[in-house]
Amino acid sequence: MPSSVSISISHMGATALLVQSGGPLSVDVQSRYWAYDQACKALEGVVETVLGMHSLLVYLTPDCDPMRMKVELEQLWQRTKPRQIEGRLVEIPVIYGGETGMDLSELADSCSLSVDEVVALHSEPDYVAFALGSQPGFAYLGGMNSRLTTPRRAQPRLSVQEGSVVIGGAQAGVIAKTSPSGWHVIGKTELSFFDETKQSPSLIMPGDRIRFVVQELIA
Amino acid sequence: MIEISAPGLLATIQDLGRPGFGSLGVGRSGAMDALALRIANAMLSNEETAAGIEITLGGFECRILEPVDICLAGADCKAMLDGKPLPRWWVQSLRPGQTLKMGFCTSGMRSYLAVRGGLNVPEILGSRATDMKGGFGGLEGRALQRGDRLAALHKATLSPPLAFGLSPTIWQSLFESTAIPQPLHFIPAAEWGDYDRENQTLFTEQAWQISQDSNRIGYRLEGEEIIPMERKELLSHGILPGTIQLPSSGKPVIQLADANTAGGYPKLGVVIEADLPLLAQARLGSTVRFVPCALEEAKAATEKQNRMLDEIRTCAAFHLAP
Repeated sequence: MPSSVSISISHMGATALLVQSGGPLSVDVQSRYWAYDQACKALEGVVETVLGMHSLLVYLTPDCDPMRMKVELEQLWQRTKPRQIEGRLVEIPVIYGGETGMDLSELADSCSLSVDEVVALHSEPDYVAFALGSQPGFAYLGGMNSRLTTPRRAQPRLSVQEGSVVIGGAQAGVIAKTSPSGWHVIGKTELSFFDETKQSPSLIMPGDRIRFVVQELIA
Repeated sequence: MIEISAPGLLATIQDLGRPGFGSLGVGRSGAMDALALRIANAMLSNEETAAGIEITLGGFECRILEPVDICLAGADCKAMLDGKPLPRWWVQSLRPGQTLKMGFCTSGMRSYLAVRGGLNVPEILGSRATDMKGGFGGLEGRALQRGDRLAALHKATLSPPLAFGLSPTIWQSLFESTAIPQPLHFIPAAEWGDYDRENQTLFTEQAWQISQDSNRIGYRLEGEEIIPMERKELLSHGILPGTIQLPSSGKPVIQLADANTAGGYPKLGVVIEADLPLLAQARLGSTVRFVPCALEEAKAATEKQNRMLDEIRTCAAFHLAP
C-alpha cells in the first residue's frame, strides 16, 4: 500500500517546507508526489510548489504558520493516493554520435558495449519524466537501462549545446538550455524544450513518457 | 530614456524575481539585494515589482536622452552627475545631455539604479528580471552592453525637477553594515541534525571567507571543513535562495538569486530572507558568520523591513503628491 511510504518534513527558511521520501526511485512513489503536488497547491497558505524527485518544496504565504502547515501536510500525504498520469508520449528524434554526440564512443567503451548497442539500449525504453529542474525545461528521466550507467565527467564542460542528448550516472536527459554540464553527450535533437513565450513553455511535463527515436547514427 | 556608455563588470535588469515556475526548472532570479531595490522603488512611488538595473562594483556609465527620474540605492558606487557627486537613497530628475558615471565601489558589491515608472522591458513569465541561464527576461536575457537604450514605462512629466532623499543619519543606521560584520541568521534545515555538536559549532563559530569564484548563482565559502556523522546521497529536490549546502568538500555553498531550482547536496540551513541583502553586499574575500535563529525571529526581521519600507513609501508619496 502506498501509505507505507513515509515522509519527512523540514524547514527551508521561515516561509517554505520541504517534504521528502527516500530512494530508490520508483514511479509508484513519484506518482504519489504528482498527486500530492496538485493537492498541496489547493491548500490555503500555499503559494507555490516545486516538485523534485520523491520530494515537494512548498512555499508558504508570509502569514502562514509553518508549524501548523507541517501537520496539515503530513495529514494530506496520508490521504493522497498515487495519481496515474497517462502523460503524453513525446518522441525525440536523435542524431547519435558525430560532432554533436562526441562522447558516444567513449561511453560505449567504458560500458564495454559497441556504439550500436548503446544506441539500441538508449532508444529502446519509454522513459518517464519524474520532475523538471536544474534549468528551464530540463526533465529528470527515469527508466534508463542500467548497463548505460556512467559516472559524470571528472571535468564538466563549460558549455553544452541545447538539444544535447546526455547521460549522467543512472539518468538520461536532454539539455534544454545551452549551459555547463558534466553529463556525457551522446547525441543531438533539433526539438526545442523550452519556449518562454508559449502558454505552456515546457515541451515535457512530469508524468510524460519519452521515447528517443534513432534519426541517424554517425559512427 | 538612457543610453549605456559602460556597463561595468556586470549590469542586469532585475526586479523582485520570477516566482511560480520552479516546477518547470525556471529559477527565481531578481535583485540580490532586494531590500535596496525595494527602497529605491518606494522612494519613486513605483510599484514593488518595478524593474531597475543591478550594477556590480560600480563602473557603470550612461547618458540621458530623455527626461527621467531616478533613485540610486545599495552599495556606494561613487556616482557623479556631470562631474558632481550624486548621493544614494536620493531621487533626482535627470535632463537630456546629462551623464551619470559611477566609480569603483569601495564597500558593498551591488548598486541599484531605479527609474520612476520602472524600466520598460517585456514581462516574461510574470517578471522583468534577467534570467541569464534561461536566456530570457531583462533585455534579451543578457547582461547590459554599451549602446543599449532603456526607457521608463511612464515618461517623466513632473515639474519642477525632483531632488530629495533619505537623511544620511537614517541610512547610516539602517543600511550600512557595522564595522564588525553582522552574523547571518539561518534556520536549520533537514540535514543539520546529521552533524554532531562539534561540527555544528565549527559552522557557527568560524569566520567563513567568501571565495573569489562566487557570483549571483551562489557564494562558495572557504574555511575549516565540516564533517557529517554519516554521508548521505540525496535525491534532487527543490532549493531556494539562501540555502546553505554542504558538498563533499566540507565547505559550504550558499545558493543565491540565480540558484538552480533543484539540488541534491545536504543542507545545513537557509539564510533568512531579511539577511540576504547583507550577503548580497558582502564582498568576495570578506568573511561572514552564521547564527541559528527561530522562525519568530525571521518573521520579526521581515516585518521590521516591511515597516521601514512603508515609512519610506509614505514619505515619498507625500513628497511626490501634486
